[in-house]
Amino acid sequence: MPVNTENMIKVFGRPKSMTDVRSTYCPGCHHGILTRIIAQTIDELGIADRTVTIAPVGCAVFAYLWYKCDAVQASHGRASAVATGIKRANPKLIVLSYQGDGDFASIGTAESIHAANRGENITVIFVNNQVYGMTGGEMAPTTLIGQRTTTTPAGRDPGYFGYPIRFSELIATLDAPVYVTRQALYDTRRIMDAEKAIKKAFTYQVEGKGYSLVEVLSTCPTNWHMSPVDANRHVTEVVTKAFPLGDMVDRG
Amino acid sequence: MAKGVVVIDEDRCKGCGLCIAACPQHVLDFSEKINKSGYNYAYMKYPEKCVGCAFCAMTCPDVAIEVYREKVAA
Ligand SMILES: Cc1ncc(C[n+]2csc(CCOP(=O)(O)OP(=O)(O)O)c2C)c(N)n1
Ligand code: SF4
Ligand code: SF4
Repeated sequence: MPVNTENMIKVFGRPKSMTDVRSTYCPGCHHGILTRIIAQTIDELGIADRTVTIAPVGCAVFAYLWYKCDAVQASHGRASAVATGIKRANPKLIVLSYQGDGDFASIGTAESIHAANRGENITVIFVNNQVYGMTGGEMAPTTLIGQRTTTTPAGRDPGYFGYPIRFSELIATLDAPVYVTRQALYDTRRIMDAEKAIKKAFTYQVEGKGYSLVEVLSTCPTNWHMSPVDANRHVTEVVTKAFPLGDMVDRG
Repeated sequence: MAKGVVVIDEDRCKGCGLCIAACPQHVLDFSEKINKSGYNYAYMKYPEKCVGCAFCAMTCPDVAIEVYREKVAA
């Protein structure tokens, strides 16, 4: 339906640093909301010409297509290590390491922890959707107790599979990180909080303050077998009980 | 006239329904028509109720929504 917007002010549109490429994410997936928030932050800070995104392995593997910025696609779990190399080679660059929970908190455990412990001046966005999304919904280290996945068909039994790992809390025990926070995107208020947190994390990097980690509780409607709206409710009512929201460290 | 208006890129929309749920004024709904990808896209069912808050656009994972607000006379 054509609508007349003459004599009206545009208050929201696609961020300038975002390409027109259609996202490869499933309907309702929070990876898409995060992509928009990151692009908006890049616009607001005016850093598009010096931002480099490290795309992970996972559903965000095509993250190098979303921004009008440079990008590198790292092998599985190694995004924080690749980010370290790029930042150290050219400290003027603003480096974003964008990683899923399987990538960041499982196969990449060593690289993730040591980049944080060295206090690399990078921004890590850690997308916690409690499953391996891309490969079809296997258990992730963050899978909740009792949660059914393709590899825990009877639900995650901690006696056999261990407990969901609170990776950000582990990183928050280190001396070097300047900002560690957990955010969510299940409603407008949470989205606005996440926007502020992501802007803060990038700002700290621009100011040379050091390592920031923004964990974002995300949905995977496809592998959770829920509608996007039900998936939001599940984050609100269930996931936030296991992964409480808020800042863990802010030394900025 | 409405205080706000949203423009939804029908072919970018994946019919997830998050914008419909996020709208405090219950302006949006699924179209009965489908787009090129086969999704029932979102549209303004009650355009007169829109206040231009942009909650729908903030929540859209496909960044398919533009929001416009009426100019307020100074
Ligand atoms: C070395 C290596 N091992 C395993 C895989 C298979 N693999 C692809 S994506 C993925 C998990 C991704 O999960 P996550 O990081 O949580 O991201 P999501 O897809 O949920 O966003 C795995 C195990 C791979 N590509 N490379
Ligand atoms: S599989 Fe899950 S995480 Fe991956 S794009 Fe689809 S909804 Fe998002
Ligand atoms: S949030 Fe975006 S993709 Fe989802 S139904 Fe609304 S316009 Fe379509």
